[in-house]
Amino acid sequence: MRQVAIYGKGGIGKSTTTQNLNAGLAEALGMQNMIIGCDPKADSTRLILGGLAQKTVLDTLRDEGEDIELDAVLKPGYKGIRCVESGGPEPGVGCAGRGIITSIGLLEKLGAYTPDLDYVFYDVLGDVVCGGFAMPIREGKAREIYIVCSGEMMALYAANNIAKGVSKYANTGGVRLGGLICNSRKVEGEAELVAAVAKEMGTTMIHFVPRSPDVTRAEINKKTVIDYCPDTAQAEEYRELARKIDANRNLTIPRPMAQERLEELLMEFGLAG
Amino acid sequence: MPVTDKILEKYDPKVYKNRKEHMTVIDPSESEKPISANTRAIPGIMTHRGCCYAGCKGVVLGPLKDTLVITHGPIGCGFYSWGTRRNKARDPEGSWTQYCFSTDMQESDIVFGGDKKLKTAVAEAMSTFEKKPKSIMICSTCPIGLIGDDIHSIATQIEAEYGIPCMAFSCEGYKGVSQSGGHHIANNQLMRRVIGADATSPAPPKISVNLLGEYNIGGDGWETERILRKCGIEVVSIFTGDGSYENIARSHTATLNLVQCHRSINYIAEMMKTRYGIDWLKVNFIGVASTAESLRCVARYFGDPKLSERVEQVIAEETAAIADDMARFRTVLEGKTAAIYSGGSRSHHYRKLLEELGVKTIMAGYEFAHRDDYEGRKVIPTIKDDADNKNIGSITVEPDPEHFRSFLDADRRRELEAEGVITEDYAGMMPDMTDGLIVDDLNEAEADMIMRTLKPDMFFSGIKDKYIIEKHGIYSKQIHSYDYSGPYAGYAGAYNFGRDLVMGMTIPAWRLVTPKWRTKTVLEGAVCEGGRN
Repeated sequence: MRQVAIYGKGGIGKSTTTQNLNAGLAEALGMQNMIIGCDPKADSTRLILGGLAQKTVLDTLRDEGEDIELDAVLKPGYKGIRCVESGGPEPGVGCAGRGIITSIGLLEKLGAYTPDLDYVFYDVLGDVVCGGFAMPIREGKAREIYIVCSGEMMALYAANNIAKGVSKYANTGGVRLGGLICNSRKVEGEAELVAAVAKEMGTTMIHFVPRSPDVTRAEINKKTVIDYCPDTAQAEEYRELARKIDANRNLTIPRPMAQERLEELLMEFGLAG
Repeated sequence: MPVTDKILEKYDPKVYKNRKEHMTVIDPSESEKPISANTRAIPGIMTHRGCCYAGCKGVVLGPLKDTLVITHGPIGCGFYSWGTRRNKARDPEGSWTQYCFSTDMQESDIVFGGDKKLKTAVAEAMSTFEKKPKSIMICSTCPIGLIGDDIHSIATQIEAEYGIPCMAFSCEGYKGVSQSGGHHIANNQLMRRVIGADATSPAPPKISVNLLGEYNIGGDGWETERILRKCGIEVVSIFTGDGSYENIARSHTATLNLVQCHRSINYIAEMMKTRYGIDWLKVNFIGVASTAESLRCVARYFGDPKLSERVEQVIAEETAAIADDMARFRTVLEGKTAAIYSGGSRSHHYRKLLEELGVKTIMAGYEFAHRDDYEGRKVIPTIKDDADNKNIGSITVEPDPEHFRSFLDADRRRELEAEGVITEDYAGMMPDMTDGLIVDDLNEAEADMIMRTLKPDMFFSGIKDKYIIEKHGIYSKQIHSYDYSGPYAGYAGAYNFGRDLVMGMTIPAWRLVTPKWRTKTVLEGAVCEGGRN
């Protein structure tokens, strides 16, 4: 079982990429997958489930106590992909980070991690803001991290910060960086820039996902691209991403850059011009 | 080797340097050396200090008998602050101090926020008891600060719902360096919300006082109050032993403030001086001579010959009543030595009483005192604010145009000062010491070394080191809670204290036990290569 956590700047397309990637792994490679949404908004699995059909682990825990069945929080979706939403408090109250720790603990207790699973994906909100959001990469859970980014400056800043968090845990535990996934924003020289940043960090750009209106169309219809329009070029891109990740053995301890070096790279690859 | 070096010899150079500044050996031939105090304890050192919540809820607010004090946090914080300080209270209609209220925050409350649970808990407490509290106080503990529950706005809602004052205290344990921050937080809120809240109460007689920093441990406050009343001095309120919201709300009507524990309550004394013009006198009702001196000071302040006469009568009568016993205790205790490690005032207070009993204090220290408690208020201008102090926050008050008054005119104040009755001042513990060791923020290891090197006959400290002291075969008396005894204040207290020490010295139970590790090795094991096995 490969346990993978997806991080990246807020709004970069982590959930969309994760779900399309999972659809690719299931459809093209026949993999058994589980997605655990680690975002209080609980919208990490809607494309696989065809809508926000999931009651979150934490809501269930609050309403029904610890004595719950796995079925109550785990729903199968497209191609049998198992979907869990950790959930969390409304914005501005409580502790969402603690919530993730609680809910992953509960999933383990309920036996969600069955041996037939090929992949478990953790779709984690925004940045590694506190210990709770680092939970999937601690204690031997996710061993592989992919960072979704684009050629935009803030996305790369965030990627570099996440690499810092990963390197901290990589040095003490077994977690490794698998690569950067470029979710294109159609920035000039984007692929080259992201590839250069990846190289500097000691990893690779695993795939360049082009921007396509098919993604938006599929999302409006609450589906992944592979599910909604399987014959499009974009669907093929996600299958390609799935194949590359499945084949990826290049797992490294990241070398986050100094701020100055990152800025140099941005200058070099034309953001300044 | 100087005694401080012996105590510190096991430390590495960095820790040694830090801890050395918290110790001083009093030598009257030298000019006074500053001591380092109210700074962060060194990580890894088993300090005896408590937390901010302990200072706010445990010390200052906990004793209020007509107030529902609720701990917002996991259950342990509430449980361990319940009843252990022995701050006694009496209320014919039933006191709230015997109960422990907590929101019992659990994991999912932490995740989703505790605001609803807090409201529910208050509602539950309000419906459970027929008698309603005069006010509600919410004290939050560490996790509440981390998850950011807005307890102050919840307090406003609760106040509106029940029509009684409700105030919140952000006294999370991690704030500041010790309990001291919690005292300050409690002082600030009592000043903002309680003192002067009762505007309709009739003025008390002219000769009236508030007793500040008296928490009625083992009944100390009752004994002090008895003596004051016997002298004809009206006690308007006590902060906060056997105290109440109701009395504190009218404390602004008293003429004079008497400060017993300077550390925990000096903020209120200062602010009441600014807002209401009420002078404060540092008093000490521990010990026969100190009690007499404090009473005489109060009498001189009021300048009333009848009061002075009455005070002298009371002093003579009360002193005579215990004189024989005190003399008898002294025959047993003469020549004994004591170490005393208290919170922030008692080490100074007990010095004279011990002297009266023939006991010499060879080591004195405080958990959370500031430099002014050691060196006197004269050093306050030289104490720099640091991040830890700023985190607690001070409030400034303005004179109250309606209630501000000055009891003394300038001439009278000068006269009194010439007589040695000095208001708004505390000279600290050091000037009263001619020799001995002072240690600030003592810890487990140092306490152990002190017992080995100084070999005191008795050690006054708290529950954290009580049993370590007994293992040394030394008489231990908890000076925070008095174990099961008290009161130790005033005349009845001096008797009780002397009686307890005599018992401790004549029944040295722990010294008569020879533990088996004294006579043979009880550890079995071998050192393997690389220090592992």
